[in-house]
Amino acid sequence: MASCLIVDDSKVVRMVARRILEDLKFDILEAEDGKGAMDVCLDGMPDVILLDWNMPVMNGLDFLKTLRQTDGGSDPVVVFCTTENDMAHIREAISAGANEYIMKPFDRAIIEAKFSQVGVL
Amino acid sequence: MNSQDFQLLSKLVFDRSGLVLTEEKVYLLESRLVPLARQRGMNTLEDLANELRRGNDEKLKEEITEAMTTNETFFFRDTKPFDIFKETVLPRLLETRGSQKTLRIWNAACSTGQEPYSVAMLLKEEAAKMPGWRVEILATDISNEVLEKAKAGLYSQFEVQRGLPIQLLIKYFQQMGEMWQIDSSIRAMVKFQKTNLLDNLATLGNFDVIFCRNVLIYFDHETKGKVLSQMHKILASDGALFLGGAETVLGICDDFKPVSGLKGVYTSANGGMLAATG
Repeated sequence: MASCLIVDDSKVVRMVARRILEDLKFDILEAEDGKGAMDVCLDGMPDVILLDWNMPVMNGLDFLKTLRQTDGGSDPVVVFCTTENDMAHIREAISAGANEYIMKPFDRAIIEAKFSQVGVL
Repeated sequence: MNSQDFQLLSKLVFDRSGLVLTEEKVYLLESRLVPLARQRGMNTLEDLANELRRGNDEKLKEEITEAMTTNETFFFRDTKPFDIFKETVLPRLLETRGSQKTLRIWNAACSTGQEPYSVAMLLKEEAAKMPGWRVEILATDISNEVLEKAKAGLYSQFEVQRGLPIQLLIKYFQQMGEMWQIDSSIRAMVKFQKTNLLDNLATLGNFDVIFCRNVLIYFDHETKGKVLSQMHKILASDGALFLGGAETVLGICDDFKPVSGLKGVYTSANGGMLAATG
């Protein structure tokens, strides 16, 4: 079973994403900010990371840049999932190494479509 | 909704579009036509049916047909057909059409334009392999309303997130407030035109590829056969017909046969490049 790390400071968003992704047969890990996500990744890289942008302690973009410079950190597929919905943010995320980008609000159809595109479904 | 009103409305839609509405689709009829009735100041579908009986309101008939035939679509729907087009069908056509360097592609029942624009973006990405080629993409639908939206190329945040890879959003779209508009260079590649699949399709000219995906499922057996037979006459003998995953020609139309190894792709039963090498 593939693993997915959900990184979001909102408990509600993590819960909604967990429900959708468990239904899609992912093994779920959670973190509430970039620092927590980095700790999880250092323990063992997940297959996919669903990543919020604005979070306390370490934001999603800083986490992604750090991850991509870490040993094994180029392996996980990273899908941003954020309220930042303008072209500048999307370009910045892709330049930093994101594989896909979801603009909130999201639903199951969008998660399925994006995860299919990056080949994890 | 009473049975007579249902019969009246479903017969109108069938006669004009070929769309079959069985009794279990009454919910669909209600969900699509109640908003239309309200727009016209009526409260119920009974009022709408009575208005139809009263006179020869051609515009109302057209609006009812359009409301019932508008179907869901999204960019690169199902992914696989577009992979097949890019990796197998297009290279074969580029090889066999190398001397005339022209391609004509038809998206039948294009709805709000996501499918023809997906084909256009795909061709743009492959442009380096096609220097000097003239490609025409014709996209047709029975509904004026969806064609207007398709021509504008304006999509919601939700619509651009279903099927469209983020790299293509960055490359070919511009943000317009809450909406996203596809670039004029892509819009210019697609010609939109109102066409009823029950009409004479020979007027559209000849094609190398036809996309008619998730359309035939709404027709009865006889209508499917008629539409496929017409498509066969205007598709090159070595061309490709793409149908939806739940659709087939088998048992409906002997003019086509499936292409071995290419799911959802059909070619002329008389043989052809795809059949010979597929």
